Amino acid sequence: MSWLRRSLFSRRKIYGELSEEIHAHIEEKTEQLMADGMPKKEAEAAARREFGNLTLMEEDGRDVWRWLSLENFLMDVRYGLRMLRSNPVFTVVGLLTIAIGIGANAAVFSVVNSVLLRPLNYPTSQELVFLHQVAPGAAGLADFQNGLLLSPSMYFAYSENNRTFSSIGVWDTGAASVTGVAEPEQVRVVTVSNGVLEALRVAPEAGRWLSAEDQEPRGPSRVMLSYGYWQRRFAGDRTMIGKNIQVDSQPLQIVGVMPKGFRFVDTDFDLIEAFKFDRAQQILAGFGLHGIARLKPGATIAQANADITRMLPIWMDSFSNGPGTNPHIYETWKITPMIRPLKAEVIGNVSEVLWVVMGTIGLVMLIACANVTNLLLVRVESRQQELAVRAALGAGWQRIVSGLLVESVMLGVMGGMIGVGLAYAGVRALVAFGPANLPRLSEIAIGGRTLIFAFAISVLSGLLFGLIPAFKYAGPRTTLELRSGGRTISVSRERHRARNLLVVGQVAMALVLLVSAGLMIRTFAALRTVDLGFTDALHLQVMRISIPDLLIAKPEQVTRTQQAILDKLSAIPGVKSAAFASEMPMEGFGAGWDCIFLEGVKYDPDVIPPLRYFKDVSPGFFQTSGARLVAGREMTWTEVYGARPVVLVSENLARELWGTPRAAVGKRIREFDSRPWSEVIGVVQDVRENGVQEIAPETVYWPTLMGMKYQLEAPVSLDAQRSVTFVIRSDRAGSASFLNEVRQAVWSVNSSLPLASVRTMEDVYAKSVARTSFTLVMLGIAGAMALALGIIGIYGVISFIVSQRRREIGIRLALGAQRRDVLEMVLSQGAKMTLAGVAIGIVAALALTRLMAGLLFGVTAYDPLTLGTVAVVLMIIALLACYIPARRATKVDPMVALRYE
Amino acid sequence: MSKEKQRDLFPGALEMMILRTLKRQPLHGYALVQHIKRNSDDLLQIEEGSLYPALQRLLKEELVKAEWGVSSTNRRVRIYKLTAAGAKHLEREVSRFERMLEGITRVLSPEES
Repeated sequence: MSWLRRSLFSRRKIYGELSEEIHAHIEEKTEQLMADGMPKKEAEAAARREFGNLTLMEEDGRDVWRWLSLENFLMDVRYGLRMLRSNPVFTVVGLLTIAIGIGANAAVFSVVNSVLLRPLNYPTSQELVFLHQVAPGAAGLADFQNGLLLSPSMYFAYSENNRTFSSIGVWDTGAASVTGVAEPEQVRVVTVSNGVLEALRVAPEAGRWLSAEDQEPRGPSRVMLSYGYWQRRFAGDRTMIGKNIQVDSQPLQIVGVMPKGFRFVDTDFDLIEAFKFDRAQQILAGFGLHGIARLKPGATIAQANADITRMLPIWMDSFSNGPGTNPHIYETWKITPMIRPLKAEVIGNVSEVLWVVMGTIGLVMLIACANVTNLLLVRVESRQQELAVRAALGAGWQRIVSGLLVESVMLGVMGGMIGVGLAYAGVRALVAFGPANLPRLSEIAIGGRTLIFAFAISVLSGLLFGLIPAFKYAGPRTTLELRSGGRTISVSRERHRARNLLVVGQVAMALVLLVSAGLMIRTFAALRTVDLGFTDALHLQVMRISIPDLLIAKPEQVTRTQQAILDKLSAIPGVKSAAFASEMPMEGFGAGWDCIFLEGVKYDPDVIPPLRYFKDVSPGFFQTSGARLVAGREMTWTEVYGARPVVLVSENLARELWGTPRAAVGKRIREFDSRPWSEVIGVVQDVRENGVQEIAPETVYWPTLMGMKYQLEAPVSLDAQRSVTFVIRSDRAGSASFLNEVRQAVWSVNSSLPLASVRTMEDVYAKSVARTSFTLVMLGIAGAMALALGIIGIYGVISFIVSQRRREIGIRLALGAQRRDVLEMVLSQGAKMTLAGVAIGIVAALALTRLMAGLLFGVTAYDPLTLGTVAVVLMIIALLACYIPARRATKVDPMVALRYE
Repeated sequence: MSKEKQRDLFPGALEMMILRTLKRQPLHGYALVQHIKRNSDDLLQIEEGSLYPALQRLLKEELVKAEWGVSSTNRRVRIYKLTAAGAKHLEREVSRFERMLEGITRVLSPEES
């Protein structure tokens, strides 16, 4: 250790002492010689002669103390910096190429890291699970993306009987209006059962959690606030805790505030309310709640699945669907738990997109590296003289190789530093333009792990593009002669091979990326041609209005208020028509669904008929949204207010039940035995309710005012749909002045009604295809970068070859070759490389694009049209890139070229 | 790592002579050189300067230690002294050298039959 300390900290002192000692030596010697009678000048010279090479001796003495490899390394760094400075064009081009590559990689990695790799923001979040279950035996249900949600009775059965969960609960999202503070406002509400907050285990910022007592059906209603809502509405006032706010015209006492940054699974919210289930009133059905649980430490998902399977019979034994029903009818549904880690639920289907994007960006990085390798090869070639001189002066090949490597790694690291800067900007852009449904968007940031990643790929890529030139030109077998000035020597085929291979690789990788981008374009085009079930989305204004029963109690009055709003809206200049429905397609507010029974059909009581999607609509809804009526007609206001039993169905449902749409008109259906038969008066085209890529569900369209749905018990009371989406067809949709008039129109009917989710159908549509368009944009950028880099690569290599073969071309021309022949010769060289690249690329694309099959729609991963088009376009562009240097080759003046000799 | 400067001597010879000389008495660089030259009756042609890299190596390996002192000519000089490790090293080297020398001598001497 002592030598290390000495060598590191007191080397300067050692060198000083050595120098002093040597000079003392010479002085003493001189003195001695003078004492022997020699004149001073002669004595000095003799002393030095006797001593030997003073500088060398001193240096040798110092060398003893050196930490040689480190010092050599530092020297290489200094030298490398000097070389980079001395060749600014090369440095800037190289740096930019690397910076863009590393920047893109770091940006995408930070997204992958934040979204996919980092654990969720809850304590020991790996214990949190989402209680997903499927029911393959339930016809109709397979169409719904969420599988089988939980019913309140399931919640009771699971939470009372489980052995594997430390806490378990259910939750649902919704909206409510808050009044009495300022303008009426629609807020986002999460309603939770006991066990949910306990599972998430995030302590409140102020006050307390909602507790079991807040769940009492007849107890006082209480509420928690999100940090954001608390700040926005009450400026973070702690005295608000214990006070009441008016939610849906009902006073709720605030008991606590959740901390900043707390998100409920993957949703932002304003209020948390408690469910008030009356256990005694629960039936088996009502599958509409999301289940969440925390596993006991050490419990596995497999054990939890087994636990739920064990509890399903308990659930069926403990509850029923009413007298005379068979609770074990659900055995035919084959309910199967498929518990997932909560993280998988939050990330959803986006992980595939992110990995594909990460992979493509990685390919771009490889192409960038190939380009820089080419640059370095060219440069090392022109530096052969210098390397030869260094070798002649005694530098070992290891020393020269390490020097070159240090230089390229430095280039990589410097490029990486610029790249991280670019990544900061890139991430900001990504968060701004990324898909709105990208989970954990707010958590995305460039952190330590991303910086380490960026540094690692900087060094790695530096080594990658430095190794080939270094070993090619400074390897142990290469003995360079000083005399070879490179001018008179023709470049051997062998020397070009590395560069040619790189270009072939670049073309192949560019082809793969362009094919993926092409497939996404085809997907997007296919999505655009889908008949959605609404038209001209840009001119469809939608907004959501809820009328709480404490504001207007009587159902009929609710519908009359809604109709009054429609009348006011229709009076706004530029409005063609207006209507409302329980929700618009792709809005995702949560659907209602149940079975229907046909008149004149015998049903087996032990079989549950297929579930159908239920929607409530106002008269004129289909005409406004643009859905075609395949047969029959829409309902009228008279029928609505008269509670006339009329109904419309979707075309696919009509075909399934009655064969043709026309045959459906006049037939009668009902939800329960206790209800009147409803007559089918119209058939509507299929509507893509769940998204462009999802098949249209079989749908029943009920009048907005009718007997209470989903509830078996008599007496049947009249019920109105209180939360509806208003649709307005107008060329002015989306403009600020129009929205202002819309608000005034609504408030002129009732001033305490808030408007929520105000947007055009185009926004809804864009959000629904956000995943696809995000992938398209990312692959498009990657493809464009790959194409640009590949073209630069092929152009650079052909240019270089032409400049190296000037003399040869000159001779050919002098011997009578036509310029056409020269042009062909150069072009064919480029064409050969491109063809090889395209061929390899097609094979690679066939293998790799299969990975993105899940992202495609309406096109297969091996789409011959895309492959063919990309291959041809790439060939043409590559040949154009070769044409410019080839033209230059034909301009070679034989005399000038030969004069070099 | 270290590039041995081979003048007329085999590697390690200079170091051995330094250690041997220092075993008798501590000396500073100049005196050390004069001592070696004189004792070899000027048979060995060593560059005076080559002593210093050798001394640095010995210092680093802690076979000698150095202290600043004043020479007989009243100059500030570094006086080198043998360490215990140096003495042991010298013994080992000398016996190794003697064996080597014996071998060489046997080969070079006229054959006895």
